[in-house]
Amino acid sequence: MPLIDVSGLERTFVVRRRAGFMRRTRSEVRAVHDLTFSVETGEMVGYIGPNGAGKSTTIKMLTGILVPTAGSLRVAGLDPSRQRTELAQRIGVVFGQRTTLWWDLPLRDSFELLRKIYRIPDARYRENLDRFVELLDLGDQLDTPVRQLSLGQRMRGDITAALLHDPEILYLDEPTIGLDVVSKGRLREFLRALNAERSTTLLLTTHDLQDIEALCDRVIVIDHGTSVYDGSLAGLHAQGGSSRTLVVDLVDEGPPIDVPGARVKKVEGPRQWLSFPTEASAAPVVAAVAASYDVADLSIQEPDIEDVIRDLYSRGA
Amino acid sequence: MLHVAVASRAFRRYSTYRAATVAGVFTNSVFGVIYSFAYLALWKANPDAGGYDAVDAVTFVWLGQALLMTVALWGGGATDDLAERIRTGDVAIDLYRPVDLVGWYLASDLGRAAYHFLTRGLAPTVIGLLLFDIALPDSPAAALGFALSIPLAVVVSFAIRFLVASTAFWLLDASGPRILTGALAIFFSGMSLPLVLFPGWLGGLAEALPFSAMIQVPNDIWLGRHTGLDLVGALAFQAGWALALLLACRFVLALATRKLVVQGG
Repeated sequence: MPLIDVSGLERTFVVRRRAGFMRRTRSEVRAVHDLTFSVETGEMVGYIGPNGAGKSTTIKMLTGILVPTAGSLRVAGLDPSRQRTELAQRIGVVFGQRTTLWWDLPLRDSFELLRKIYRIPDARYRENLDRFVELLDLGDQLDTPVRQLSLGQRMRGDITAALLHDPEILYLDEPTIGLDVVSKGRLREFLRALNAERSTTLLLTTHDLQDIEALCDRVIVIDHGTSVYDGSLAGLHAQGGSSRTLVVDLVDEGPPIDVPGARVKKVEGPRQWLSFPTEASAAPVVAAVAASYDVADLSIQEPDIEDVIRDLYSRGA
Repeated sequence: MLHVAVASRAFRRYSTYRAATVAGVFTNSVFGVIYSFAYLALWKANPDAGGYDAVDAVTFVWLGQALLMTVALWGGGATDDLAERIRTGDVAIDLYRPVDLVGWYLASDLGRAAYHFLTRGLAPTVIGLLLFDIALPDSPAAALGFALSIPLAVVVSFAIRFLVASTAFWLLDASGPRILTGALAIFFSGMSLPLVLFPGWLGGLAEALPFSAMIQVPNDIWLGRHTGLDLVGALAFQAGWALALLLACRFVLALATRKLVVQGG
């Protein structure tokens, strides 16, 4: 049985709007609609979609703090909303924009409180703490109150906090938001190592597609509350019919280049952008251009996953 | 123990604000002096008003100043953290944890109360003792009873404040109910005027409400007005309210969680 099993999941919210004095209209908003997917132990899944697509609503249902309107939902064999407390022992949650630490306490004391909350055995606790502090380079910050930590340090603290009780599943909601490039890179490296060493299952929502490219073998794209793509990152490129771009700098300005297998997207002075299918080889296109035109420089741009996803969103709408 | 850790953390957290503590002790003392002179004038005109003599009345003032912050009479304490966490949505994080929220916040508030008792409770009392003629408990029973009645007073106050903070689940902002309850608490606890001075049915009502468990009851125990079985009854009155209100907290929290979980929020 999969670790996370979601089938035909529905969630509607009732929205009451004021319509004049003492009168309200009642309407229903469908945040999640007929959502089905499953995740196996040890997978790293990117869960992406535009704002308001239903990502947070899904995570809330998976963690049990929101009850589905319809459909079935199992996480680690438990019914999340009915067995929330039991499930809490087996999952970790990290929010980029909220902290699970206590502002006024040094990191060490926050961890100590969590040890008691989750009743983590002493030896296990010490082993985990040492490991994460070393990997995340938090040694110098352990005695600093959380409010004095930088965003990156706080984030690493939050991740440690979420992992001290050895959760099987780690939900990460925008974990790299606001972090600089170096911090992002280190965080991704850590998550990869965690997954490799402990086969912790990761479900990651993010707007930063580099997180996905660096971490996830699988992406689920959700839009309007339903899954519009579920598969490998490579497959997403193919699905989007994405293309590679050959940027040609001609010696002189000229008419649009006309070669077989590629078409001109844009012309700007002597520079022209030609697009050709991702699965085709660049060599014949380059050869054809070089044979017929006076070329000063050439470069190839790989397709941008952001474009692919933007494309998916707009088609879903 | 988790709850001991939570309480000691709250104690330490409040103890970092030393200047605020000193300023608070000063304020309590100034108000103690003002009230003492007002009460002395009142009891000069009416020497056994409400069955107190002038020394009892001045003692009542200083005990009130000592308990004011200890029970967080007009709000504040751990329940303010809760109200804020509801408003910002951080309460969702509390719900992810395998702990009971009422117990968690109660432990935190008891830690805070312990700190406020040792500082804002004891220090003004010493000042009152130096400046005025104050009655000390005249029996070990009264002293012990008083010691027991303070934690009960804190629990009653906590439960009321917890219920008020929980209104934020529906209202998003609990400051309206907080101000209203604060005003009621000042009036009906005996803080503004001993309840023994309230006439007729108003006096009866005031003594039956849970607010009286916060100041009037501990003060009367100190003053030796409850003895023997009556002392046990006074403590039982506090404990009864404490229990009933904590159950109400549990119930309201369950409703609120259900609302969040079922309706979203």
